[in-house]
Amino acid sequence: MEKNRIKAVVIGGSSGSLDVLLKLFPALNPAIPLTIIVVLHRKNAPDSPLANLLSYKTSIPVKEVEDKDAVLPGMIYLAPADYHLLIERDFLFSLDSSEKVNYSRPSLDVTFESAADVYGPTLVGILLSGANSDGTAGLDAIKRAGGIIIAQSPETAKVAFMPEQAIQHTDIDFVFDSDEMAAFINGLR
Amino acid sequence: MFNKLLTIEDEEVDLLLNDLFERYGYDFTNYSRASLKRRIVRLCSLDKFPSFAELRYRVNSDPGYLKHFVEELTVNVTEMFRDPQFYKALRTEVISTLAAKPFIRIWHAGCSTGEEVYSMAILLKEANLLHKSLIYATDLNPTVLEKARKGFFPLPHMKQYSENYIASGGIHDFSSYYTAHYGQVKFDESLGEKMIFSTHNLVSDRSFNEFDLILCRNVLIYFDKDLQDRVLSLLDESLGQLGYLALGTKETLKFSSIQTRYKQLEKEKIWRKIG
Repeated sequence: MEKNRIKAVVIGGSSGSLDVLLKLFPALNPAIPLTIIVVLHRKNAPDSPLANLLSYKTSIPVKEVEDKDAVLPGMIYLAPADYHLLIERDFLFSLDSSEKVNYSRPSLDVTFESAADVYGPTLVGILLSGANSDGTAGLDAIKRAGGIIIAQSPETAKVAFMPEQAIQHTDIDFVFDSDEMAAFINGLR
Repeated sequence: MFNKLLTIEDEEVDLLLNDLFERYGYDFTNYSRASLKRRIVRLCSLDKFPSFAELRYRVNSDPGYLKHFVEELTVNVTEMFRDPQFYKALRTEVISTLAAKPFIRIWHAGCSTGEEVYSMAILLKEANLLHKSLIYATDLNPTVLEKARKGFFPLPHMKQYSENYIASGGIHDFSSYYTAHYGQVKFDESLGEKMIFSTHNLVSDRSFNEFDLILCRNVLIYFDKDLQDRVLSLLDESLGQLGYLALGTKETLKFSSIQTRYKQLEKEKIWRKIG
């Protein structure tokens, strides 16, 4: 199984998902050997405090992505407001300010599909709470590329629609609450 | 049910880019590949091609489609006073410094449909500098330039633009700058008088003048690092001493070969040429 060692976890969510991250981050192993990429639907506001807020919850460095930043292990990256976040073959981030997808920029599908393309079977995709169907096509792309896909258990989601869509329409591997997600991510090698 | 996306292999993207370059001279080889690939998949889906092979055949056999394809491959999403804090910094720190010059030359590189060019003209007008300014607005896509030249924009966007304008420090009634006709607005002719629109391809064309301020916002994100560096050198060559270079909010001069000659203003993505 060595060749399928997981290299990255991409987490996406919309309304109600910030609470999950605030519980999940403190439970993560600080010496995690993976790249964690977080994409949230968010308002485009100057000086958004989101990266700061999240960085208080973990000792893993949290960085809001700037164009062509390197994708490194042991880091948490946050998609900036108003840009789609993509990953290049040479493991640099690219930002893209093209049309909204699923009424959203950043769109979860865009990042999930791009990560699936680059990471193939070495990727885990997690979809959290939200009121829109963004993320389902992206999880499906991760699955088709050989990765593992996880949805937040709808009964623990503040807004269940988003994970429910994924559970209905994809061949989901796991349905987890935030504690189970943390244990799963900490167990990845 | 969601729409499953067509899968396109990297080798197929290479083939298409090679066609565009060899047959038509369009060089997209140093564009950000992830973004470009997504644009191609999107076009396959929008234009309902069942497979990549059919898209490629059409690009190579139908000149009308080729034009559409090239224009759609590049991103033309823009807005007026995009990132109002950036425009606030332009008003307070840049425009005021340029005021002393007898003549102000500005280049807006990659201006798309021109929303940011009209925003700049409004700033200059409010600073009482428009009469002695000239804004060169360029893009590689002639169709978007034609739109920009006409100065018509969709009426439904004006609410957002008006909010952006106010957040950028605008104190006038934004609607005084335009008149509405049938769902479109036409901006005041006097704003357009100091604009020169022209095609210019940052990948293949050269520097054509020396400027006091160059804006190139959310253009470099579509290029790989090598091309970013080449384009930054082109912009550097085109900027006079103590001139200003403005980039998009997530773009940077850091790690580029021209970095040492520039000093960043506060926290906005505006640099001054000091070396």
